[in-house]
Amino acid sequence: MTSTMTPNLQLTPDGRLRHLLTLDGLPKRILTEVLDTAQSFVSVGERDVKKVPLLRGKAVFNVFFENSTRTRTTFEIAAKRLSADVVNLNVNASSQSKGETLLDTVSNLSAMLADMFVVRHSAAGAAHLIAHHVAPHIHVINAGDGRSAHPTQGLLDMFTIRHYKGDFHNLRVAIVGDVLHSRVARSQIHALTTLGCPEVRVIAPRTLLPRDVSGMGVHVFNRLEEGLKDVDVVMMLRLQNERMQGARLPSAGEYYKHWGLTPEKLKYARPDAIVMHPGPMNRGVEIDSAVADGGQSVILPQVTYGIAVRMAVMSLVAGANP
Amino acid sequence: MMLPEPNALIDALAAQLAPVMGTDCALIGIHTGGVWLRDAVIQRLGGKCLLGELDVSFYRDDFAQAGLHAEVQPSRIPFEIEGRSVILFDDVLYTGRTVRAAINLLFDYGRPASIRLAVLIDRGGRELPVCADFTGLRQDFPAHEHIDLLRSEAGELSLVHGPW
Repeated sequence: MTSTMTPNLQLTPDGRLRHLLTLDGLPKRILTEVLDTAQSFVSVGERDVKKVPLLRGKAVFNVFFENSTRTRTTFEIAAKRLSADVVNLNVNASSQSKGETLLDTVSNLSAMLADMFVVRHSAAGAAHLIAHHVAPHIHVINAGDGRSAHPTQGLLDMFTIRHYKGDFHNLRVAIVGDVLHSRVARSQIHALTTLGCPEVRVIAPRTLLPRDVSGMGVHVFNRLEEGLKDVDVVMMLRLQNERMQGARLPSAGEYYKHWGLTPEKLKYARPDAIVMHPGPMNRGVEIDSAVADGGQSVILPQVTYGIAVRMAVMSLVAGANP
Repeated sequence: MMLPEPNALIDALAAQLAPVMGTDCALIGIHTGGVWLRDAVIQRLGGKCLLGELDVSFYRDDFAQAGLHAEVQPSRIPFEIEGRSVILFDDVLYTGRTVRAAINLLFDYGRPASIRLAVLIDRGGRELPVCADFTGLRQDFPAHEHIDLLRSEAGELSLVHGPW
């Protein structure tokens, strides 16, 4: 799958969002449309009746080949608030290692009259493959594929930044931690760049930086204190504990010492800087509890905004029919 | 065909509304022309009514054909709708589908005591059993003609028409 093919697959011939697979190459117009629409859905969440009838009669299938609590739950809530019927499937990834089997699963679910697939898979490109395969009236949303992309997380992060900071054009944003294994970081970088953020910093140990990082238009820092200096937004990444066994890092304690965000380190950022984390957090590894639960943390609002952003994405793709 | 000057129509509408607008009334405009119309009526009548705005995009019946409206705006009802007398404002009443959507939307906030409808122009062409309680002008327009209320930067209202 080349990235040049992706925008065509995601958009209808008249330029509307048909599938959401990656933020790489999506025009600013679409990102802004999602954020603006999400703003209207936030007000729906504040009412007694938190449902609107947009997707009444539609069947949304959450197909998760990889574990998730937060993402799957917020997609489920989002679909229900749009009045869709929701089916949740946790498919054991080990029995799904062949592409053919994945498409068979999708064909079977399509035969159950699915209108939309929300897909998480450990293999990069899984959602693209499904989007290629499905009938024209079916929409696909990528809920995380391998190390490649997690576009709704990137969008809800942008929504959160815009909510607290208003505009992207004067912001310094730092992304901190395990960038190498992070699909979230990739989506964040694409979205920030497209939305006009002038300075995106990546702060990570050399062993956790992707080789192509310099080509992504970011400033790389190898020391936390230096990278945090005067930033407006700190976006922490989860250190995947499973990687700790490898040679990339000495130990969780050692990582915390150099890369953990403590109240002392946060002082290098601007006093009104916000702290974000996509979850789940490793307290005492990449982030100190005093920061995670502190006054600058917007980690729980991120989760709440995630519902409105996913409602926006689902309703925009569902409304873009050929 | 010449369209009338909106200010004269708003005067006529305000005169009809004056006797019924109490302090317990809620004046709710449908985005965006209905909000402008409501504000223009308040400018003439004053008073301390409760104010709200509705965007009916999430309740439209043509979503499957047309998708989402390009610029959805947040709906805002910053008071209890339960038991309230509501006057709903829209600029042009045509098929009645927008009003149907607005009524459905309002009921997701609560059960109002009553809803009445105030429009600047009732242009006929109804496809649903909806009628206005207060009307600035009742006049038929050809089906191929589109009528819009516009507001300038300076806040001046004008009516324009043209093909869809």
